[in-house]
Amino acid sequence: MAISRADLEKVALLARLTLTDEELATMTPQVAAILEYVDQLNAVNTDGVEPMAHAVELRNVLREDLRRTSLLRESALASAPKHNHEGYLAPAVLGE
Amino acid sequence: MALLDTSARHQLHALVRGDVTALELTQQHLARIAELDPTIGAFLSTSDEPALAQAEAVDLERAQGAPVGPLAGLPIAIKDNLCDSDQLTTCASRMLEGFSPPYDSTVVARLKAESAVLIGRTNLDEFAMGGSTENSAFQQTRNPRDPERSPGGSSGGSAACVAAGMAPLAIGSDTGGSIRQPAALCGIVGLKPTYGRISRYGLVAFASSLDQVGPMGRTVEDVALLLDAISGHDPLDSTSLPLPPTACHTTVNEPLAGLKIGLVPEHFAKGLDGEIDAAVRAAIDAYRSLGAKVIEVELPHSRFAVATYYVIAPCEASSNLARYDGIHYGYRADEAAVAQELAAERKALLAAGDTRAADGLDSNLVRLYRRSRSEAFGPEVKRRIMIGTYALSAGYYDAYYLKALKVRRLIRQDYDAAFEKVDLIAGPCTPSPAFKLGELASDPLAMYLLDLYTVGANLAGLPAISLPCGETASGLPIGLHLTAPALEEDRLLRAARMYELARGE
Repeated sequence: MAISRADLEKVALLARLTLTDEELATMTPQVAAILEYVDQLNAVNTDGVEPMAHAVELRNVLREDLRRTSLLRESALASAPKHNHEGYLAPAVLGE
Repeated sequence: MALLDTSARHQLHALVRGDVTALELTQQHLARIAELDPTIGAFLSTSDEPALAQAEAVDLERAQGAPVGPLAGLPIAIKDNLCDSDQLTTCASRMLEGFSPPYDSTVVARLKAESAVLIGRTNLDEFAMGGSTENSAFQQTRNPRDPERSPGGSSGGSAACVAAGMAPLAIGSDTGGSIRQPAALCGIVGLKPTYGRISRYGLVAFASSLDQVGPMGRTVEDVALLLDAISGHDPLDSTSLPLPPTACHTTVNEPLAGLKIGLVPEHFAKGLDGEIDAAVRAAIDAYRSLGAKVIEVELPHSRFAVATYYVIAPCEASSNLARYDGIHYGYRADEAAVAQELAAERKALLAAGDTRAADGLDSNLVRLYRRSRSEAFGPEVKRRIMIGTYALSAGYYDAYYLKALKVRRLIRQDYDAAFEKVDLIAGPCTPSPAFKLGELASDPLAMYLLDLYTVGANLAGLPAISLPCGETASGLPIGLHLTAPALEEDRLLRAARMYELARGE
């Protein structure tokens, strides 16, 4: 499946990345080659095959519904690039 | 032979006998690191002070006759993608440079509880993505057997530090072969256990359905010892199997009678280095002379394993790495510069009368996400996020992701059918010996194909090991790869040990 530079620019937005012109120029043929390689999967007949999302069959794991200590707010905020001791600080979204 | 160049088991005996103190042993290893690591580059950081303090504490406990864990006083190196609340965890990425986790991963917590001496954090491909450790944002690791060559990856730092005697044991993680391939290229032993055997709690996620933590050491016995210490059910990981820790070190020296070894003809096809072919065939002959039966088996879908892997792993990676947004933790781009840039773009578009384009610009928040991620992630991580995002996007989900999950089931079924006939499957671990640094850097697909023999075990969730089975004429190590059915680590390690003993190790 051919992939264009414009396709990659769109995917970059979805992936929350911004690629430079140079990166787009390098990556477009690389991604195209990888996708071409994985296209060989189309040769496999998978009619009626259940997808296998996990190496062990997933089951619901429950624990007792008990109140317990979680990560402390100050620990969670300690690694934040910007915070006000109460919450994370980010650029305004509304009213820009 | 220096104590540092002996097995972990030997070093442990020396500690228990009192021939050496944990403090002396740790000092010796730190001295070896100071001597060799400026060239090898296996460690991103060493924890000299805490390690020495831990060693002293163990010596005191031993002197007082207090009960100590089975690994007490033994230095262990940790791949820098397992959280340790006392050490920075960077995943060799600018994104997590300086990140101090608020908790311990279960593996680290268990090793601490065992009084192991956590000596340092080893280098890796950024977020464990790669097969050469060249994708680290911070440094290159060199293969101790030939510093011109790669140690493999992504656990290249862990493999190199064990091979160079800088730590008797190390922890790695294996998503597509990242423990076994560097073990093979550095001439040590590396085990990827059954998926779910070892908790992934606190392992920085790359591809969650494939990632598995595992032990690396100089001998099969050493690897068994470390596996036993870190395995077992963990309620903090919902994919952890509800099983007690393994006890493989108690059985590892018992040879297996009537062993049936499977051989896949396709594993010896075109593309396999001639010297590796010969060494692996000789290893299989060694099993024959130990009384094992060798039977040809088929894994008809194994040739699709790399393609399957390179859909599933990037899809899971693109999802897992969405958490790095520059807001909660990790790297954040210069916020003021981002806002200024956007304002200038908007102004220019409006001046040109293009209000539509101006309205379509990123918000400040989205631009900050994009800028932070783009500045902090390296090329391989970006490439995989892009492939994963593309493959998961509307319109392509069925063609790529769902298709790959179905082929994954067929790959697993192939193994199940083969293991009805044989106890283990043996073959080469890598198609070629250690390659020169930079040799494959510009060709990601060629690099991906190095995982040809190892990814199947990850897709199917099976335990697999690489152990040394000779060298090339130029002295580069060759790895023998053994795969066992799920949960048969005991069988796998005993079989590996049989070969090791036959070689006189």
